[in-house]
Amino acid sequence: MSDVASRVKAIIVDKLGVDETEVTPEASFTNDLGADSLDTVELIMEFEKEFNIAIPDDQAENIGTVGDAVAYIEENAK
Amino acid sequence: MELKRVVVTGLGAITPLGKNVEETWTNLVNGVSGAAPIAQFDASKFKTQFACEVKDYDAKEYFDRKEVRKLDLYAQFAMIAADQAIADAKLDSEDIDNNEVGVIWGAGIGGIKTFLDEVTGFAKGDGTPRLSPFFIPKMIADIAPGHISMKYGFRGPNFGTVSACASSTNAIGDAYNLIRLGKANAFVTGGSEAAINEAGVGGFNAMQALSTRNDDPKTASRPFDKERDGFVMGEGGASIILEEYEHAKARGAKIYCEIVGAGMTADAHHLTAPHPEGLGAKRVMANALKDNNIDPTEVDYINVHGTSTPLGDIAETKAIKEVFGEHAYKLNISSTKSMTGHLLGAAGAVESMACILAIKNGIVPPTINHFVDDPELDNALNFTFDKAQERTVKVALSNTFGFGGHNASVVFKAL
Repeated sequence: MSDVASRVKAIIVDKLGVDETEVTPEASFTNDLGADSLDTVELIMEFEKEFNIAIPDDQAENIGTVGDAVAYIEENAK
Repeated sequence: MELKRVVVTGLGAITPLGKNVEETWTNLVNGVSGAAPIAQFDASKFKTQFACEVKDYDAKEYFDRKEVRKLDLYAQFAMIAADQAIADAKLDSEDIDNNEVGVIWGAGIGGIKTFLDEVTGFAKGDGTPRLSPFFIPKMIADIAPGHISMKYGFRGPNFGTVSACASSTNAIGDAYNLIRLGKANAFVTGGSEAAINEAGVGGFNAMQALSTRNDDPKTASRPFDKERDGFVMGEGGASIILEEYEHAKARGAKIYCEIVGAGMTADAHHLTAPHPEGLGAKRVMANALKDNNIDPTEVDYINVHGTSTPLGDIAETKAIKEVFGEHAYKLNISSTKSMTGHLLGAAGAVESMACILAIKNGIVPPTINHFVDDPELDNALNFTFDKAQERTVKVALSNTFGFGGHNASVVFKAL
């Protein structure tokens, strides 16, 4: 697993209180990991803080799964 | 229209004296102080360095990690107290019509720790607002009744009451009146508060409202003692299930007692000082008794507001003497804040519970920490100093008065 992927996973496990094994690349935050709209906003904020990036709202809307998050961050984090 | 009768069918509590009703009551009767040096933050630079905290509290014992992050401490205390009361009343049952169960909850402040943390985080940053999406829904003083309704599916009237230290008495009074009017079969009511943090203690210190007896926290809350020097902050919550009498009887519920009155008045006098003659306090007790034409001579016990502030204790005793006349000398008066500290918005719920249990158990909890008579008070009154007194309590009244001049009283009566 990439460094980004493991840091993303750690944030998700912490914020959503889910088991590590549930955090697969295909897992949807809302459908599989029990996040509501506020949880999702908080996750995006945590990613921004952890990776020192700004994720615009229109981009954030497209981040629905763990894999989406990892891909976006790997592309945009410096 | 004929007003319905309302009874108490459940109790719950998490207080500085215990994490349930039984432990809290036992310590109240035994005259135990809940005061100790503040553990929740470093208070070494504060004028007041002690408080009545809920002891050894670990949120993980009650909530999973995800829940904890969404619940300010005040809402955690609300959920814990409400869970106990709902279980006690067996209100979480398929036989109950959840559309007819409401929640009215009092908090004087709400999520002040959440506010403090979020705003501090912002102030330390570069001006970019990185506020949590949970900031507002954790902080607001009405979110506790919202959470309770969501957990149990109670879809009746649902709101919070805010009247500083009278908040949860107002909640109980509103729940009582709405059941009387037939607006719901039952209410989860009560209140909670969690303001023992830098903002809460610092703010009340700035008002010179708190005792600064740092060398002896356990004797600092000393209502009606000559050397009282302010109140001691408490935290926690208590919940009371109020239920329409016929509804409770029909389902065979355990009934503690009846609630027979709720009074509400304002001093219209000063931000924080009580009216010197206790005018608002006098009228609120009289109003509460009037609901069911309870004669003042029927009252056995008054759980007073009695916060241990110099002015408040004097005004309240003046009001009691005016309302009760000669009978004032025959009833028991006590301030359980001498033991619990002042739970602010939750005070009324905890003290109503003390009244209910005094009726049930035939014992009046004491006002501890009496050392020196205050010549400005009438010491012929029975303040139940230092030791609990056995007494058949048929009618008990609880007073609470809040900054802003809000007064609320409720009356409980043996069935």
